[in-house]
Amino acid sequence: MLYLILFLPLLGSFISAFFYKKIGEKSCQIITSAFIVIGAILSSIILLETIKTGKNYEYPILNWITSGSLKLHWSIYVDSLTAVMLVVVNSVSALVHIYSIGYMSHDPHKPRFMSYLSLFTFMMLSLITADNFLQLFFGWEGVGLASYLLIGFWFKKESANNASMKAFIVNRVGDLGLLIAMFLIFKTFGTLNFGEVFSQAADQSKNSIKIFGGEYNLITTICIFLFIGAMGKSAQILLHTWLPDAMEGPTPVSALIHAATMVTAGVFLVARCSPLFEYSQYALNLVAFVGATTAIFAASVAIVQTDIKRIIAYSTCSQLGYMFFAAGMGAYNVAIFHLFTHAFFKALLFLGAGSVIHAFHDEQNIEKMGGVWKKIPLTYALMLIGTLALTGFPLLAGFYSKDAIIESAYFSKSLFAGYAFVIGVTTAFITSIYSWRLVFKTFHGKYNNSMSFEKVHESGPVMIIPLILLAVGAIFSGYVFHEIFIGENTKFWGKAIFFLKQTAHGHPPLWLMILIPTLVIFAIPLSFILFLKRKDIVEGFVNNNKPFYNFLLKKWYFDELYDLIFVKSFRGIGNFLWQRGDVKTIDAYGPDGLAKVVKNLSDRASRVQSGYLYHYATVILIGLILIISFLIIL
Amino acid sequence: MNFPILSFLTFFPLVGVIFILLRRGSDEVVERSSKTISILVSIINFIVSLFLWSKFDQSISGFQFVEETKWIKNFVSYKMGIDGISIFLVLLTTFISPLCIFAAINSLKKRIKEFLIAILIMQTFMIGVFCALDLFLFFLFFEGGLIPMFLIIGIWGGERRVYSALKFFLYTFLGSIFMLIAIIAIYWNMNTLDLVKLMGSKIPENLQYWMWIGFFISLAVKLPMWPVHTWLPDAHVEAPTPGSVILAAILLKISGYGFIRFSLGLFPIASHYFANFVFVLSVVAIVYASLVALMQTDMKKLIAYSSVAHMGYVTIGIFSFTKQGIDGAIFQMISHGLISSSLFLCVGVLYDRVHSRLIQDYSGVVNIMPKFALVFVFSSLANVGLPGTSGFVGEFLTLIGTFKVNYIVSIFAATGVILSAAYSLWLCKRVVFGEFKVNNHGEKLLDLDLTEIAILFMLMILTILFGVYPNLILEPISSSVDLIVKNLGAVK
Repeated sequence: MLYLILFLPLLGSFISAFFYKKIGEKSCQIITSAFIVIGAILSSIILLETIKTGKNYEYPILNWITSGSLKLHWSIYVDSLTAVMLVVVNSVSALVHIYSIGYMSHDPHKPRFMSYLSLFTFMMLSLITADNFLQLFFGWEGVGLASYLLIGFWFKKESANNASMKAFIVNRVGDLGLLIAMFLIFKTFGTLNFGEVFSQAADQSKNSIKIFGGEYNLITTICIFLFIGAMGKSAQILLHTWLPDAMEGPTPVSALIHAATMVTAGVFLVARCSPLFEYSQYALNLVAFVGATTAIFAASVAIVQTDIKRIIAYSTCSQLGYMFFAAGMGAYNVAIFHLFTHAFFKALLFLGAGSVIHAFHDEQNIEKMGGVWKKIPLTYALMLIGTLALTGFPLLAGFYSKDAIIESAYFSKSLFAGYAFVIGVTTAFITSIYSWRLVFKTFHGKYNNSMSFEKVHESGPVMIIPLILLAVGAIFSGYVFHEIFIGENTKFWGKAIFFLKQTAHGHPPLWLMILIPTLVIFAIPLSFILFLKRKDIVEGFVNNNKPFYNFLLKKWYFDELYDLIFVKSFRGIGNFLWQRGDVKTIDAYGPDGLAKVVKNLSDRASRVQSGYLYHYATVILIGLILIISFLIIL
Repeated sequence: MNFPILSFLTFFPLVGVIFILLRRGSDEVVERSSKTISILVSIINFIVSLFLWSKFDQSISGFQFVEETKWIKNFVSYKMGIDGISIFLVLLTTFISPLCIFAAINSLKKRIKEFLIAILIMQTFMIGVFCALDLFLFFLFFEGGLIPMFLIIGIWGGERRVYSALKFFLYTFLGSIFMLIAIIAIYWNMNTLDLVKLMGSKIPENLQYWMWIGFFISLAVKLPMWPVHTWLPDAHVEAPTPGSVILAAILLKISGYGFIRFSLGLFPIASHYFANFVFVLSVVAIVYASLVALMQTDMKKLIAYSSVAHMGYVTIGIFSFTKQGIDGAIFQMISHGLISSSLFLCVGVLYDRVHSRLIQDYSGVVNIMPKFALVFVFSSLANVGLPGTSGFVGEFLTLIGTFKVNYIVSIFAATGVILSAAYSLWLCKRVVFGEFKVNNHGEKLLDLDLTEIAILFMLMILTILFGVYPNLILEPISSSVDLIVKNLGAVK
């Protein structure tokens, strides 16, 4: 069964890539989608099974690398953590596959698109079913590849090509961190298999390592490098710049890769390595700090953007921040729970946004929409559900997970708990504001597009049905699963997530339980006034605080800074080394210089052979005199 | 007596050359039969080498298939043999050669017969280099290979072919002199040039240092290491496509092989002594060449610089003296042989159609040539070292091996991971993606033909195969590498 789950997407991808001429576009779409749907159904069975029995599955497939003490194999390993991820990945992927049939109906490269999507699914599955670091890394880079291909899917667009390249390279920076972490683990633990590494964690926790002149705790060092990897993939602050640009890809891609699955791989990594992180409070503090900072940073940027997809992208970035700071509090299960619920409502929002973009014939600027909620009521309703779930409206999915995160910060005693708590609450409020801003600007107010109003149309059932299913997930996934995932006495996680000390539980005080829903609900009328009724307030504020507004609009100037520090300087150095180093130094003094010297000498030598007899006679004479005098002196 | 399979592999191409030379008739007939003969010869050779592989006993750490006859009394013996370290390099040679011959027949326009002869002679020398177990014999093959390569660049090259050919020759020849001196010195001191005997006896320590330097200069030039790498970009740019392939896939590997065989095998003490020196040069090579590659405007130069960087991984792996490092280095050599061949062939495909190697002359090739785009992007990603391709396994093993010994070197070398992504993807972006625009002079751009597809897809499949199941290579080489690591550990 697990083999089917893992390899069907690969098979689908292969068929769609190489045999589309034989079987036709339609069958490609059907085959790939059907394969993933099968996978999704099987994954749900496995999740139920794991919930019931707590069983782990382990199937080795093939030896991979054997080199001395380094022994690695391809294998499938499923525990409760993996089972949750299986459901997330396969169900969202299945819905996105189906949705794409409608969304990409006008695109000439449908088989290629489906092939990439399935390839991505395969890579993501091999990431989450890994039982060693290297297979995880295979999936890790593999999803990066799929993301690269899919962002650059419309290869004629210059911006898409730039974005795909940027995504891959920025991710590679993170991957370097992960690589170094693996090197460290192999050097000190002598293995890269999860089980063997984690079982040694306790023994190694007091050891230290000397790096760059200082002496640091071994586990902390490893965890920090692991986390750098996670930051790259999950677009945390400093390594986040690729995610908004990644929106150049088709919208289904954004929903699948850049919201629900790939970007959450970093959170998965941290949860998977909880046996290591638990022994390093320092690393956990770092995770919490970075997560919290990202949460508020991304939210603050989201509030001023005008591109519908970019707003949701920054929102994703911010929600990932939430997950990390939950993990940093030691509440890995809460982080995974939020990952789980977030997958549904964020995919819903993205696909809904795709439906809106479709309705407006490829318009993405929310300033150029408005007043169409009656025209596309289904999309509108579904977007509303997504928004409510995201903002944490009571009883919807986000409510359970987000509250749990903020509570975990409230109860935690770690260094950044206070910081995280304040940011958590503030960001929840900002999240509401920017989400409702999006809804109001898109669906309400005056119609504001050059295209005629009549042309705005609702999407077909192929696109709407997946949205409805996601909406069901966005409504119920929190309510149904919160006992299992984060309930006080849950046995679900078993050994998959390791808690050194029991996370602090308790009943949050009443004011906290009321505070967040109140803020969230209060944000609705507030944004209604700010962004619909009294636009002048916002405009006035913007005009009075131009620098601050630009700071947010330009995303805290990260891109400009990086362009200056890395892109330009590296090109400069490259050119310098080539022109000054190779051409003007090595070649000039090396082979060319040598050649010049030799030529010079031979020129002189040839000048001696002038052909005049008296020249030769003189030389002979001088020579004779020299030899004779030499002999005489001796 | 057993069938002398190594000698057969080595000299069979020469037999082919004789056949070609014996053919008489009109030019057309001769040309056609020379094509047939060289294809036949190279394929038979490949099949024989597969047979060799099947008979190879991977549990033996020493040499197998040894053949020995006296040649010059008390001085040189004709001694051939292979072990885990050389077997895949022999296979790589016999595999790449027919591909080159097909590519040459497909793309070359002038003097095909002579070119095929040069390739076949080249093949003899290359296989000989990997099989020779006598230093003098090794040197003969080592130097002999220069001549056909010199001719390939000098005759079939581009506009600046004479400059490049001379530069190539000067560099490598100057380097070789030092090796020759070292070999002579070894003979005077040890009274033998037999590699097996030399490995058994300990060379005096003070001698080792000088011998090591002599070998190092020669091998470093051929690898090439920074700062003696500047001949490579020029040679590649001017060489015709099949020449570039041989140069990148096989010629560069001789040095890696030489480092393991001679530097580590004969001068272990000196190798330990100089290890850090090699590390520094290699790391500089990786970072420096990657940065320079980033700014290249000529596709072949870009790939050439990327080769310099990739060879840097080979040397750090070798001089880490760890099992993983040396395994990785050998693997990286094979893998780079496949990937760089594929890349150079890709550039050749474009050059055949448009007659330009400049990046700026291309854009959006994928619109017209989707199959080509697939291969090109795939090869670039393999060059970047994407897991699942053979490029990753080599890089990973060398780096993890090196990390055990010297983490700083490993971390700096690992930055190449980012830089290689930068230059490879940027290349793809500029050439393959975007709106279609090519500066050709009215020729029609056609997608890959059948020969090209066959060659490139074969390379692609092998790249994936070795990436997913690298034990195909790692297992057979294991016991030989173990032996070397053990010997190195013993002198420490």
